[in-house]
Amino acid sequence: MFTRILIANRGEIACRVIDTCRRLGVQTVAVHSDVDARVRHVAMADQAVSLGGAAPAESYLRGDAIIDAARATGAQAIHPGYGFLSENPEFVEAVEAAGLVFIGPSASAIRAMGLKDAAKDLMAQAGVPVVPGYQGQGQVPADLAAEADNIGYPVLIKAVAGGGGKGMRKVDVPGGFADALESAQSEARKAFGNAHVLIEKWVTTPRHIEVQVFGDGEKAVHLFERDCSLQRRHQKVIEEAPAPGMTVEMREAMGDAAVRAAEAIGYSGAGTVEFIVDASDGLRADGFWFMEMNTRLQVEHPVTEAITGVDLVEWQLRVASGEGLPMSQHQLSINGHAFEARLYAEDTANGFLPQTGTLTHLRFPDGARAETGVRPGDAISPWYDPMIAKIVVHGPTRATALLSLERALAGTQVAGTVTNLSFLRKLSQHDAFRAGDVDTGLIDRDVEVLSARPDPCSRARAIAALAALGLHRAQGAEALHLWVPMVWTAHLVWGDEAIAARVEGLGGDRYRVTLDGASHVVTRVGGWRVDDVAVSAEVGHGPGIVHVFWGNVYSFAVPDPLAVDAAGGAGSGVIEAPMPGLVKSVHVAPGDSVVAGARLAVLEAMKMEHAMVAPRDGIVGEVLVAAGDQVEAGAALVRMEEDA
Amino acid sequence: MKLASTLIPASEQAKANRAAHLAALTEVREAAERAAAGGGGTSRDRHLSRGKMLPRDRVAGLLDPGSPFLEIGVFAGHGMYDDASPGGGAIAGVGRVHGRDVMVVCNDATVKGGTYYPITVKKHLRAQEIAEECRLPCVYLVDSGGANLPNQDEVFPDRDHFGRIFYNQARMSAKGIAQIAVVMGSCTAGGAYVPAMSDVSIIVRDQGTIFLAGPPLVKAATGEVVTAEDLGGGDVHTRLSGVADYLAESDAHALALARQAVGNLNRGPGLAVAAGFEPPAYDPEELLDVVPADLRTPYDIREVIMRLVDGSRFDEFKARFGETLVTGFAHVEGMPVGLVANNGVLFSEAASKGAHFIELCSQRNIPLVFLQNITGFMVGRKYENEGIARHGAKMVTAVATTNVPKITMIVGGSFGAGNYGMAGRAYQPNFLWTWPNSRISVMGGPQAAGVLATVKRDAMERAGQDWSTEAEAAFKRPTEEMFARQSHPLYASARLWDDGIIDPRKSRDVLSLSLRAALNAPIEDTRFGVFRM
Repeated sequence: MFTRILIANRGEIACRVIDTCRRLGVQTVAVHSDVDARVRHVAMADQAVSLGGAAPAESYLRGDAIIDAARATGAQAIHPGYGFLSENPEFVEAVEAAGLVFIGPSASAIRAMGLKDAAKDLMAQAGVPVVPGYQGQGQVPADLAAEADNIGYPVLIKAVAGGGGKGMRKVDVPGGFADALESAQSEARKAFGNAHVLIEKWVTTPRHIEVQVFGDGEKAVHLFERDCSLQRRHQKVIEEAPAPGMTVEMREAMGDAAVRAAEAIGYSGAGTVEFIVDASDGLRADGFWFMEMNTRLQVEHPVTEAITGVDLVEWQLRVASGEGLPMSQHQLSINGHAFEARLYAEDTANGFLPQTGTLTHLRFPDGARAETGVRPGDAISPWYDPMIAKIVVHGPTRATALLSLERALAGTQVAGTVTNLSFLRKLSQHDAFRAGDVDTGLIDRDVEVLSARPDPCSRARAIAALAALGLHRAQGAEALHLWVPMVWTAHLVWGDEAIAARVEGLGGDRYRVTLDGASHVVTRVGGWRVDDVAVSAEVGHGPGIVHVFWGNVYSFAVPDPLAVDAAGGAGSGVIEAPMPGLVKSVHVAPGDSVVAGARLAVLEAMKMEHAMVAPRDGIVGEVLVAAGDQVEAGAALVRMEEDA
Repeated sequence: MKLASTLIPASEQAKANRAAHLAALTEVREAAERAAAGGGGTSRDRHLSRGKMLPRDRVAGLLDPGSPFLEIGVFAGHGMYDDASPGGGAIAGVGRVHGRDVMVVCNDATVKGGTYYPITVKKHLRAQEIAEECRLPCVYLVDSGGANLPNQDEVFPDRDHFGRIFYNQARMSAKGIAQIAVVMGSCTAGGAYVPAMSDVSIIVRDQGTIFLAGPPLVKAATGEVVTAEDLGGGDVHTRLSGVADYLAESDAHALALARQAVGNLNRGPGLAVAAGFEPPAYDPEELLDVVPADLRTPYDIREVIMRLVDGSRFDEFKARFGETLVTGFAHVEGMPVGLVANNGVLFSEAASKGAHFIELCSQRNIPLVFLQNITGFMVGRKYENEGIARHGAKMVTAVATTNVPKITMIVGGSFGAGNYGMAGRAYQPNFLWTWPNSRISVMGGPQAAGVLATVKRDAMERAGQDWSTEAEAAFKRPTEEMFARQSHPLYASARLWDDGIIDPRKSRDVLSLSLRAALNAPIEDTRFGVFRM
């Protein structure tokens, strides 16, 4: 076993690898970019080496710097994690040339699977079923269209060097082929510098089922399947193992095929063989086809660990350090069911746009495995993947595991950025998903409902109102009054909605909150109670914001009562010279529309240039001076129109 | 030691006591609600339609959310001036801003335009008196037309009339007690001096006006026609005249500015809240069961003490001597207090003991709490001859000259010279609170009627006239009725003979808040007067 390894990655996967290393007594070296100098994986590692700038090309993709760091720190091996350099065969060769061990497959195995069309040929030769399609060198559009006719519509055009959904187009009828091809090629050229495409049969009710394999360079075993059908735009959202509806025969067939695939390329380490499965007629042993092989540890590997009891990172380290496969196929079995949900900083209600921000509040519930690279106070930066955590649950059955997932998501508290937490939770409650009736189109069909921003009920708003007043903590002689209760007004902003809540101190711990016609009595000593019912809500607090964690995260802005510009909309709207001086220039004309702060004129006085700015948004009514005029103090310079 | 109660909670007596207290509480509560409604629906609607906040909302907006509000003079003006000035047309009391106790005085413009009736002046001055004694910053939320003209003779000229408000502002400012004014409406004539005399003043645009004479008077005097805003609005005063310092866009903004101003007073936090004090071992709720409904029924005042003090623990001083006055040490929410409580009529021994105990507390800087339930000093030849007036004078001297904070609570009767010895209003306790069952008068109504009847009977008998029992009863009735009416706590509180009637169950909280406010000021050394030995 290695005594020290370097982890050429960041975020949750770096932390994940360090966890296992700690358990095995292996020392760890972290690498990091400038912006990551104080993040969690750096704090967890025994040593850390700075690589350079925030952009991956200046840090996490700098293979030479990483190898130098490994040598400088005396690391014997490099764990690549996923992404970055994990599937870069040149890097593998460089690592090996430096006399270090790459914890993963050989460069040749990576290359074999790197180009999709070549991989498919290879797999077909090894007896692995592949989707009917064309993956030839010929890229003449007319020939490609003919191939598409042979395969039969609908078809999928994919970039040969593609990934992540780029350079991919579905074509339903022959008439749409030419345009789709052109755009797929141009996208592929831009993204990968390689316009070559392949054509596949489009599966109508596709499921994405993948098989975890593990090889020692010659032999391989599989650790059963994962279902990753819950996807949005080819990005996995919730994964599970085993796949719902899986039969013994099909599992055996898929497992055999995956092992054949791995052994065909002399695979070493952890890998995943992805299959597309036609679920239009249930799961059938002849209804799966090879799509690609990921020659690395997958993001979703924890669900496999949960059902097999295997620590895949431990296996990676042991096999890379020269041991044989820790278990044989017949020693591996499935225990229960597991789910993983990917918590992202993204605005689901706004086209799933990635978000950034500082995590002012972050808490994961007990009873779930949370793989995360961030702590409260850490930032989600624009430089890297906006994943906050993977939440992994395990249960004896699919139904219980799914309930655990829902509960874990409801108990997850994150504030400081917008997340997909509510989306995940709604997904975990989705009827078809509950029934195990999954396919890769499930999310898209219901995306509007799933991605909608959850609306806080009046009870959650009432709690937010107390928090906005700072009343989430009990104080002495609270709201004591002699005869007439005091009523405070809490101002909150939810989205575009301004909320004014009347909060009446009933004495002691009790407050009556009235808003939008609803009225609730809220207490909070020993946990929140609304109308005498104990609720699981919790509250988070930041400058100008309160969060109610109650199944979902509801964040309300709390306006600063002092943030009022008393000069705004000033009296007559006449801008006057503050002192005698020379009008240097005039920048507006009558009828101009100006925003607050816009420069109207410049006055030169006392050897200084004073910009006269618009006190508010509005229309210029009159310009009363011209450049070159000498004016007295108090002289009117510009008059703004009254507000309509 | 920890006191032990003899209350039998479900007894008929306890139930009867509770029923009587609840009835009295209902009467007081209804009076409080009428006062809180200010000028009533139409007037309040008109106020709101101008974009103004109601006075109570203004007070809440100034104070910290969840702040206690130790309101004074809730019943001011009750039953006076045909009820034209509910609450005296102003709200006043001690609340917290940024955790510090402040005195708030807020005009209620829905009541006769916030004009000052005589009782309004008295309430404003009382609030200032408390602020000065407790060194509490003052925030005036001004919205007032000034003196109530039909009552000008009782508002303007005398020492404790309108002018005293500004005198107090200047004197307090000189002592470093901050004076902050928020002009949220009119501030006319004399009222203009409230912001002008303040250390910091804030004015609301298009709402607040400050001028010595309003537009009608200006027109009458000089013929000049001018709008209120141009004469003395927020823009004018913050930009041209400098009478106000901050221009606010709205009531809410103005209150936020006032909170900011208090936050910037650079005063340390007030008294630290003692942590981990015990609540009383007996529920204050039981005060309604244990205190007899009829003032004439004697009971052990320790039953009250054990429901007010921490852990019901009471170190009774001189328990075996002068037993009709209970004295001793205890804590209220962690604050040490010396309790002086009546347990019957005052005898010479009891008065001497009271003076002794007050001396002890004065030496130790321990605040005094007086629980008044006193019919007076004992009368009769034996007592006069042994010099009860001398002993009573000792106690009155001690009460009058001690410099430790004094909080008085009238939990029963407050009659005659007993009122003096037990720190009645004239003895300037920092706060004086009463219970709904209490009564206050120079003597009992029947006794007063009896005295008058005896005098008359003597005169008639000297003239050889006959006076039937019926005629005597008819003679006594008006006096008895007058005393009954005037000794009622609402009558008393309407005239601000006290700081307010409280629910007995809140006595501990009120005591605690009163003590905290009083302890905001440093305690000066006591120098007693000559004790008649």
